[in-house]
Parts: sequence; structure tokens; C-alpha cells
Amino acid sequence: MSDVPFLHTDELSAGYGATVVLDGVEVALSPGEILTVIAPNGMGKSTLLKTLIRQLPALSGAVYLDGLSLTSYTERELAKKSAAVLTGRPEPEKMTCEEVVSAGRYPYTGRLGILSAADIQAVEEAMELVHVLPLRERDFNRLSDGQRQRVLLARAIAQNPKLLVMDEPTSFLDIRHKLEFLHLLKNLVREKQIAAVLSMHELDLAQKFSDTVLCLRDGHVDRFGTPEEIFSGGYIEQLFQVEYGSYDGRFGSLEPPHISGSPQVFVIGGGGTGIPVYRALNRKGIPFAAGVLQENDLEYPVAAALASVVVSEHAFEPVGEEAVEKAKAILLACREVICPLPGFGSDNRRNEELLILARENNLLKT
Amino acid sequence: MNPSQRKHYTACFAFLLLLLVLFLAVNLLTGSTAIPPREVFRALFGAGGADTARSIVRNIRLPRLLSALILGGALSVAGFQLQTFFANPIAGPFVLGISSGSKLVVALVMIACLRFGMAVSSGMLIAAAFLGAMLCMGIILLAAGRVRNMAVLIVCGVMIGYICTAVTDILVTFADDSNIVNLHNWSMGSFSGIGWSGVRTASVTVAFAMACAVFLAKPMGAYQLGEDYARSMGVEIRRFRISLILLSSLLSACVTAFSGPISFVGVAVPHLMKNLFRTAKPLIMIPACFLGGGVFCLFCDLVARTLFAPAELSISSVTAVFGVPVVLSMLLSRKRR
Repeated sequence: MSDVPFLHTDELSAGYGATVVLDGVEVALSPGEILTVIAPNGMGKSTLLKTLIRQLPALSGAVYLDGLSLTSYTERELAKKSAAVLTGRPEPEKMTCEEVVSAGRYPYTGRLGILSAADIQAVEEAMELVHVLPLRERDFNRLSDGQRQRVLLARAIAQNPKLLVMDEPTSFLDIRHKLEFLHLLKNLVREKQIAAVLSMHELDLAQKFSDTVLCLRDGHVDRFGTPEEIFSGGYIEQLFQVEYGSYDGRFGSLEPPHISGSPQVFVIGGGGTGIPVYRALNRKGIPFAAGVLQENDLEYPVAAALASVVVSEHAFEPVGEEAVEKAKAILLACREVICPLPGFGSDNRRNEELLILARENNLLKT
Repeated sequence: MNPSQRKHYTACFAFLLLLLVLFLAVNLLTGSTAIPPREVFRALFGAGGADTARSIVRNIRLPRLLSALILGGALSVAGFQLQTFFANPIAGPFVLGISSGSKLVVALVMIACLRFGMAVSSGMLIAAAFLGAMLCMGIILLAAGRVRNMAVLIVCGVMIGYICTAVTDILVTFADDSNIVNLHNWSMGSFSGIGWSGVRTASVTVAFAMACAVFLAKPMGAYQLGEDYARSMGVEIRRFRISLILLSSLLSACVTAFSGPISFVGVAVPHLMKNLFRTAKPLIMIPACFLGGGVFCLFCDLVARTLFAPAELSISSVTAVFGVPVVLSMLLSRKRR
């Protein structure tokens, strides 16, 4: 392996005609890696992807593929090196899946486009790899979204590319097919040593399947790094300018904004039992308090996002005096107390005092 | 292409060839003058035979059925190309107004030539028809660039067709020449009045365009997945689009130059062929549409000549009668899906 990456850009400007959408883009990607582009809507994800495969000309700067500037490739040479799965959904008339995949052999066939034995084998292999061989005779237009996307991936694979560019390949898939598709892609990229660039709106999946992540914002690359670098320190909230609600980069979970106001309900939760209660209260628009929760409790992030007040204890410490007293004060100001916990353990023993207090004051809702 | 597909395609081609031979024979044998089959055979291959029979078969029936075959085929292929280009199953030379544009310019050239006493060569007719086709195509492409809606595009084409037909009618009405009858017949659409020289020019032009069409089959196949995919597979999109437009214009211009505008063949035949062959693969569809269009026009011409003989119907009315139901059924079945 040389030090020069397989795909890299140099001061790349991308856009349409005179309109520059992105400026000064510097990315690099090696074979066997997945680079995911994430950005708020309208920040040029598609524009960048189209420029990487020369569907749009670079406005300035250059894209280098396998050491050569993209402009020096002929159409056919480029098609042998790069393939795409695009956002538009093709609706070819009376085409079987096998014929759609066969279309990927375009740069390899002769003037009339007749498939050789080697082409037929490549098509079969591609379909096998993506598990669509049983669909070969089916009408492409009658597939489900998940099947269609896999067939389009097989088509791209049949093109035998070294660079695979995919614009929001998982957008229309359900969770099962999103996972399946990305898992398939990950294996494929490793096995065939393909460099893959994709754009995605599913941040949680981008975090889990990408080797590098490129973040676009306001016409430039805002950050470019590993998922560990990108999905930490509240950066995602900042990138997407999340104003209402919050995004937890560790789990990839979105939470709506908390209901502000003095708490009307006190929840004695822990270990995840409180999460459904918090969500229900949030939905109904009732401000509530939660506690006492250790900061390493499973439900602490949800409580922190949704409760107007969280009474917390330091991580890995048993619930202590100070926290309990604070919680008691808040609890007594509430009109209702909910305790989804089935029982208490040594670490949250003192929360039982809260329960007893609630019972004594007839605040406990059963 | 798997073995079962190959078998199916072979069977379909055999079927079309059989129909072709059948209609060629029936067209040769029928006409306003009754000629016994033996005489027809002798007129074709023998040296002797009655002079009138020989002249009717050789100079009237033969060129006419060859025109129907060649021009019908050309029209269907042009239709298939336009449908692929616009990704629109009801696009065709007639529907998009391209035939009418050709008709207008050809009528202009004819009237001018008649007025100044010049002979009109078939080459000139094709050139004029091509010019008219390109003008209308230019307008359609402008419209297509502006609106992506396929219904609007068709409406534009129909409107252009109306305007061109209206202007042609006015021209024909005020053209003061004894040849006005011919001009009128032609502007309604007919395979009569195409002599051997016309057949020769038409067949050379169509053969050239068909050869080019076969070499465009590969990018056409890729283009069926959409322009962006085609480009990502290495199609030089600009060159391909220009070639396809030029070819389909040339094919439909050639038809209009010789037989006047013929309606609905370019939409109905490709649709019938796609259903018969169960594919839209260009390499199969191009020869299939050619054969199918030839058979369809031979059949329609037969009806035009014989249904109310000795009066003759315009070919366009017959193709409309048989073509429109096909187009309608296609539109309705698409809606259901």
C-alpha cells in the first residue's frame, strides 16, 4: 500500500454552474473503508457525491482517483473504476433484476453490449454476494424497496468498481433492511477492498458503520474524522443546530425538549424502569422531577434530557444524604409521585425513604 | 439472456416473419383490379404475362407494399427511440408533432417547386422533412427542459401538431396547381404514389438509420435506467442524446417525406412488441419494432385499399382505428398499476 490514498480531493469546489455549493473540500479515503457524509439538509451532500464521480464537473480544485485526476479519465475508464447507487429510483420497463444487474457490465462489453461468459459470471457473483440471486427473473419494478436497493447494489458491484458512491442508500428502508444493507456493504467493502462513500441521514447508523465521517456545514467541510471524534462532545447538536430537544451521541438517540416549569410529578426510577414514565409525562406536557439517579444509571441520559429537575448522585456512589434531602424537598412540592421500581438494592437503598415519604403524604400513585 | 428467453425471442421473431410473409402475399394478390394468383406470380418472376397485370403488380403493388413495410418499420423504430429518450410510453413522432412539422416543411417545398416548375426529388423531400422534424424536435426539447411532466410534454406535442397541420391545410387550400390532388392525398397520409425511385431512396435512408440504431442499442439499454445511471456506467450522454434525436428524426422524416404523416404506429407498435417479447431490451426491440411496424402498416394499407374499394381510405385513419385502442389500453393498464 502506498501512502497516497485511493481517493482524495484537493481544494475541491463543487456546485452547479456558477453557484458554488461547497468550497475547499479535502477528503481522503483508502480501499476497504467507508466514508459517510453527514450534513443538515441542503448543505451539498449530493452535490459532493456527484462531483466525486464526475456527474458534476469540479468547479475548481481536483478529485484524484487511484492517483489520477478525475478529468483525465475517459468515460469508460471511469466507469470501470467507480460505480454508483443514486437517490433517483429508476423504473425501467419490463426489466428483470438480472437484466438490471447486467447493465453494470456496460463498460466491459463490446459495441452491441452482448455479455460474454465472463460478464455473465460477474453478474451472477454480484447477485450472489448481495443475496438477490433468487430474484433474478423478477420484474425490477415489482420489488420491495429493500430488494430494489440490494439489486441496485448488485448492479454497482457487477461494474467491479474500486470506488462505490451511494447517495442515501438506506433512506427508504425499514430498520431490518437498513441493518441488513449496511452489514452487507461493510463485508463487501472489506472483502473486495472497495472504497465506499455514502451519504446518510441515519446518524446512529453512520456512527456504527463508517470508518470516517465527513461533516458539511455552510459550504465547507466542518469536520472530518473518525466516528469517535465526530459523535462526541455534543458536536452533532452543534452541526445540525438542534434547538428543540437533544441528541445523545453515545447512543444516537434523539429526545424532544423537556417541559419546563416547576415539577408536578416526582418519579423514583432507576435502571431503565423510569424511561417509559418520563416519555409518557413528556408527551402529556407535564413537568416532572426524577431522582435520585446515579450519573451512570442507564436511564440518567433520558432523565437529564426530559425532566425539568434531576436529583443525581455521583457515578458508582450509593445514594447519599445530601441527594436524598434535596429529593425529599422537591417531592413534597409535587402533587403526585410515581415509583416504577419493583424494589431497592444496596446502592439506592435510601430512595426507599422517598417512597415511604410519598406514601405518608398520600402522594403515591399506584 | 437465459435459454428460455432466447427461445421466446426466437418464437416471436418467427411469428412476426410468418405474419410478414402472409401480409406481403395478400397485399400482392389483392387490389382494385382482380388478378389471378398465377398471373401475379408470372408478373413477378416470369418474363411473359399480360402487360397490364405485369405493370400493376410490378409498378403499383410491389412498390406500395415495400413502402408500407419499410416506412412502417421506420416509424415504429423512431417511436421506440423517442419513448426511450423521453422515458415516456406515449411519445412518438406523430404524438409529439414531429410528423406534422415534417409535413409542413415538405408541403412548403412541394408548393414552391410546383410554382417554379422544378422537379421535386425524393432527396429534397427527405431533407425538407428532416428540417421540419428537427424544428419541432427543438421546440419539444425546449419544453422538455422546462417541464418534467410527461403529460405536459405530450400536450405540447399535440399542440405543435395542430398548428403545423392547420398551416399545411391552409397552404394546400390556396396552392393553385393541378397537382393539388396529389398534395392533398399525401398530406392525409398514403402509401400510394411512391414510385420505385422513392422506394430506393427510402430503403437506403432507412437501412442507414437502422444500422446506426443497432449501434445505439447498447447505450439505449443503459439509458433505460435513467440518465444519471447511464452516465455512471460510461455512456457519453451528450453524444448519445444527440445521436438518438437525429436518428429518430431522420426515420420519421423519411416516412413523412414519402407517405405523409401516419398516426399512432410509432406508439402502438412498440407497445405491442414489448408485450409480445416481454422485454424492452433495445437490441431485441429495434428489429422487432421494425418487423412489427412493417406488418402493422401492410395490414392497415390492405384495409385502406380494400375495405371500401375502389375508394381508398387515408392510411392514417386506418392506423388510428387500430392504433388508438392499443394506446388506450396501455394507458389504462398503467393507471391500474
